[in-house]
Amino acid sequence: MTSAPAIRLSGVRKQFGSVIAVDGIDLTVQQGEVVAFLGPNGAGKTSTIDMVLGLSRPTAGSVEVLGLEPRAAIARGLISAVMQTGGLLKDLSVRETVAYTASLFPGAAPVEEVLERAGISAIADRKVGKCSGGEQQRLRFAMALLPDPALLLLDEPTTGMDVEGRRSFWSAIRQDAERGRTVLFATHYLEEADQYADRIVLVSHGRVVADGSGSEIKALSSGRTVRATVGDATAVADDLRRMAGVDGVEVRGDAVIAHAKDSDAVARHLLTSTDARDLEITAKGIEEAFLSLTGDAAPAREEARA
Amino acid sequence: MSSTTTYDPATRRVPALGGFSATLLRIELLRVLRNRRTIIFTLIFPAALFFAFGGQGSDERVGHGNVSAYIMVSMAFYGAALTASATGASVALERALGWSRQLRLTPLHPVAYIAVKAIVALAIGGISITVVNIAGLVQGKPDMPVGIWIASALLTLVCALVFAALGVFVGYLVPGENAMQFLGPALALFAFLGNVFIPIDEGSTMWWVASCTPMFGPAMVSRSVLTGDLPWYAVVNAVAWLAIFVGGAAWRMSKDTARV
Repeated sequence: MTSAPAIRLSGVRKQFGSVIAVDGIDLTVQQGEVVAFLGPNGAGKTSTIDMVLGLSRPTAGSVEVLGLEPRAAIARGLISAVMQTGGLLKDLSVRETVAYTASLFPGAAPVEEVLERAGISAIADRKVGKCSGGEQQRLRFAMALLPDPALLLLDEPTTGMDVEGRRSFWSAIRQDAERGRTVLFATHYLEEADQYADRIVLVSHGRVVADGSGSEIKALSSGRTVRATVGDATAVADDLRRMAGVDGVEVRGDAVIAHAKDSDAVARHLLTSTDARDLEITAKGIEEAFLSLTGDAAPAREEARA
Repeated sequence: MSSTTTYDPATRRVPALGGFSATLLRIELLRVLRNRRTIIFTLIFPAALFFAFGGQGSDERVGHGNVSAYIMVSMAFYGAALTASATGASVALERALGWSRQLRLTPLHPVAYIAVKAIVALAIGGISITVVNIAGLVQGKPDMPVGIWIASALLTLVCALVFAALGVFVGYLVPGENAMQFLGPALALFAFLGNVFIPIDEGSTMWWVASCTPMFGPAMVSRSVLTGDLPWYAVVNAVAWLAIFVGGAAWRMSKDTARV
């Protein structure tokens, strides 16, 4: 059976009055992918996620989740989302919150089992308003996983988690992804996107400006640096300067350092046509990649934009 | 991963009745009954008011009963109106907490949700009316035929629903917990102007002003079985305010599509 993609956006635009929040996004996410949706505030991440969740309709273009309209997918429990704050009633107990949500999904697992699995059995009778931030976040996850969603959307999922919490969170997410669950998470933690996503979709000003693995994104924007020790550095440097896709060459002692978009070609040339040894290829940090692609300030520092 | 499975939407069911269920109803009812402020203002306060005022002029006849019965119906109406508006306003608090948004990510149909809220409003309004009527029975002064007693209680419940719409409307205008702080005093003022607490001399300037306020009509309609008197202007007042509150609530709800 060929299965429908988890998400298919074609030509999606979203306009609020004269403000264009999403300016023509085409994106297909296959089932089982873990995708980071990376971009500065105001890039159109939230507007796009709202359309995938069926909370708003695109001004133009179409949104499909597993081949269905988002609202139809929601009605079948195929999409869940975990927001960073809110979404809970303080006057309900943890158990009541799970029971309330479970009653909305035919075939949801028994409440006690869900509480057990989420590790919140011990606080089941506590009022949600009396739970710590971490406990509330665990409750939100328990609710999101109730319908066994095919697509899980996460908004800044690990904000406030410590290193250990973050690691165990992502290992659980990866296990689910291996079983076919698709995960799309919005983040402006560049490191997190690079480390945990199969694929990074970089958005800026309502458009996808880059789409690929973490290392592809880095290479896309700034290329890589190739460094090798050679016998005649000056001559080798002259050769390299004539190659296509080489942005700059430096000589330091007996080392030659080339900045290149096509670092593979440079490395191949050095290893096959010269006496190069101790060859090193390094990528620039994703933060720098981000800057050169979006033309904006670093996203983590850009809190003020609407 | 070779073991990767895919999700097949065809295997998924949509919940029956748009998600309406006994579980939802039970939890929503419990929420209201556990709220101490609701209990005090909707159950205890109207009964206490009746005990304070209900003893006056019990020998005087009004329509098919006496003044004490008239005061009892008025207080039951006031309690039910408070309850209904509090239930309506709770929607605003849920919205402010992001709960409404959370629910929109589930199969729960908005109509099923409103149905649950309406049933809860009716149930708690019914309890409020019952408490005041029991207070009347215990005190022993109200006097009217049993049929009129029951008919008045049921009519009061229907009239109180006008204020459920007011609650939703105000809930959307005044966000979060402030809604009830605004509604409480407003309803007390409307009750004074609506002839609920003290009678206003008919034909006076005050009476003309009062006859345009939102409790005047519904209160008069709820007492009409007892008084045997249902003037046209009371019906016009009740229908007009119902239209204004429902229209206002619908207007605010439709404006509120962005992030809920």
